[in-house]
Amino acid sequence: MSRLNGALLIGLMVALAASLWAGRVWIDPFHPGFAGATAILVELRLPRACLAVAIGAGLGSAGAAMQAYLRNPLADPGLFGIAPSAALGAVITLCLEAYGVHLGAWASTFFALMGAGGAMALLGLIAGRQGGIALFTLAGMMIASLSGALMSLAISLAPSPFALSEIVAWLMGALSDRSWADVWIAAPLMMVGIGCFLLAARSLDALTLGEATARSLGVDPGRLQGLLILGVGLTVGGSVAVAGIIGFVGLIVPHLIRPFTDRRPSSLIVPSALGGALLLVIADSLCRIVPLAGGELRLGIGLSLLGAPFFLALLWRMRREGNWG
Amino acid sequence: MTLVAEHLFLPGRVENVSLTLRSGEITAICGPNGAGKSSLIVALAGLLPPVTGRVLLGASDLAQVQARERARAIGYLPQASEAAWDISVETLVGLGRLPWQAAPLHRAHASAAEDAAVIERAIRAMDLDALRRRPLSRLSGGERARAMLARVLAGDPRWLLADEPLASLDLAHGVRLLAGLRAQAAAGVGVVMVVHDLAMAMNHADRVVVLDHRRIVADGAPEQALAKAVIAEVWGVAAHWLGEAGSRALVVG
Repeated sequence: MSRLNGALLIGLMVALAASLWAGRVWIDPFHPGFAGATAILVELRLPRACLAVAIGAGLGSAGAAMQAYLRNPLADPGLFGIAPSAALGAVITLCLEAYGVHLGAWASTFFALMGAGGAMALLGLIAGRQGGIALFTLAGMMIASLSGALMSLAISLAPSPFALSEIVAWLMGALSDRSWADVWIAAPLMMVGIGCFLLAARSLDALTLGEATARSLGVDPGRLQGLLILGVGLTVGGSVAVAGIIGFVGLIVPHLIRPFTDRRPSSLIVPSALGGALLLVIADSLCRIVPLAGGELRLGIGLSLLGAPFFLALLWRMRREGNWG
Repeated sequence: MTLVAEHLFLPGRVENVSLTLRSGEITAICGPNGAGKSSLIVALAGLLPPVTGRVLLGASDLAQVQARERARAIGYLPQASEAAWDISVETLVGLGRLPWQAAPLHRAHASAAEDAAVIERAIRAMDLDALRRRPLSRLSGGERARAMLARVLAGDPRWLLADEPLASLDLAHGVRLLAGLRAQAAAGVGVVMVVHDLAMAMNHADRVVVLDHRRIVADGAPEQALAKAVIAEVWGVAAHWLGEAGSRALVVG
């Protein structure tokens, strides 16, 4: 294990312990002091922390893979249209429920996964056998904008202000009130997704020198595209299904990690997964302890509030140094 | 060893091109802009399947050769190669070993020690020893061109197909790059390169292939393939050669 991965792993362990500690009531995870403290730890905070690790790892590695695949440091896992398609599935479910159609407790998760699967299938159909990147990315952006439009349509058809606020709250992304069941849904999807990125890692290295050179090095562009669709679909689709839309992790984490590596995409995937997990555990703990009228800060909002200024500062520094990679 | 194009046809790019390339030679491909030079190189590298006709690598049809096996045999250096990430020279050169290393579903064809040795040799051959840890963004254009060529050499290819490797290089760097290519040819590699500078082709290639309007119009020793009459017909320029064979200069007008 590299020194970078080791440092990130230690950071993650510390952050995990702290996240069990922090919340509306502070609990020492090693000496829970009052009745019910153990239940809070095991049934509320631990699954939430595990979910933050799984989703952060999935989104972080997806960001690293997408930036490598599109050869662009500003690429984001959202570009393929998986996230809005998954969100569309969930929003339709919430709308139907508001109209009185009872679909069961896991309907929104299930239909969000269906939405992500639909987007993946569509991407696969469009991709064809050639595996060209530019047209494919445009197609992904079209899927994103179509899903976005359908989602707005569904929201505008919401029957009541209550349904509307429920949909909007869901879209903001959060890890609150999640259970072990959410962890069991998300974690395997993330693991398989990250596995896809690891299988694609060396091909992504070759892509550093452009599509033609990558093919001349023996890369099969169709296979690479398939792995990317599967990996991004599982990680992003899975994370939207259990936690709503959580932005910025996939964009920022690879940026933060890259200077500490040799800048090959294959050296970036595992550290980005660890870094994403670390960022999400910290951000979720902060959201929990920020005092806010009417509950806690939504993780999606918190990350954007944290992420956007940070990213602007990063761009500012990159501009000053004239260094874009 | 031979690399053979048989009646290669790619609509709008190259038409009915037949060509037998031999290893150990430097073959220059010349022609005006849009003549089909880059397309021919890409097709010979097996990256653009011809609509009709075929490319033969030794005895086997290149379209049937497995991609990684093809990648070990044929190194391709595109025009103006750029790296998306600011990797170091050493890391860049190491990318050339990809077709030899283990990959999902593929076994390794070289040991880690062999990989390291070939990378070392490529770095030495292109005189990059002092620059090995430097990121690409801190290299001059000439140094970067050498690093890119070292990446191809690290693949230990039997064929080296380069699209305008001399473009944007000053005289000294161009001469060094040519010396590197000559050393490869002497070691038995077949070198094929697109060249715009006709004097470079005349003085440094063993063989010149002239393309015009997607077809081969001259093919042979430089003195014949780049004769005054050919230049007048293909480029529409009245020019003549001065000097001795091996150190000729082209004078226009």
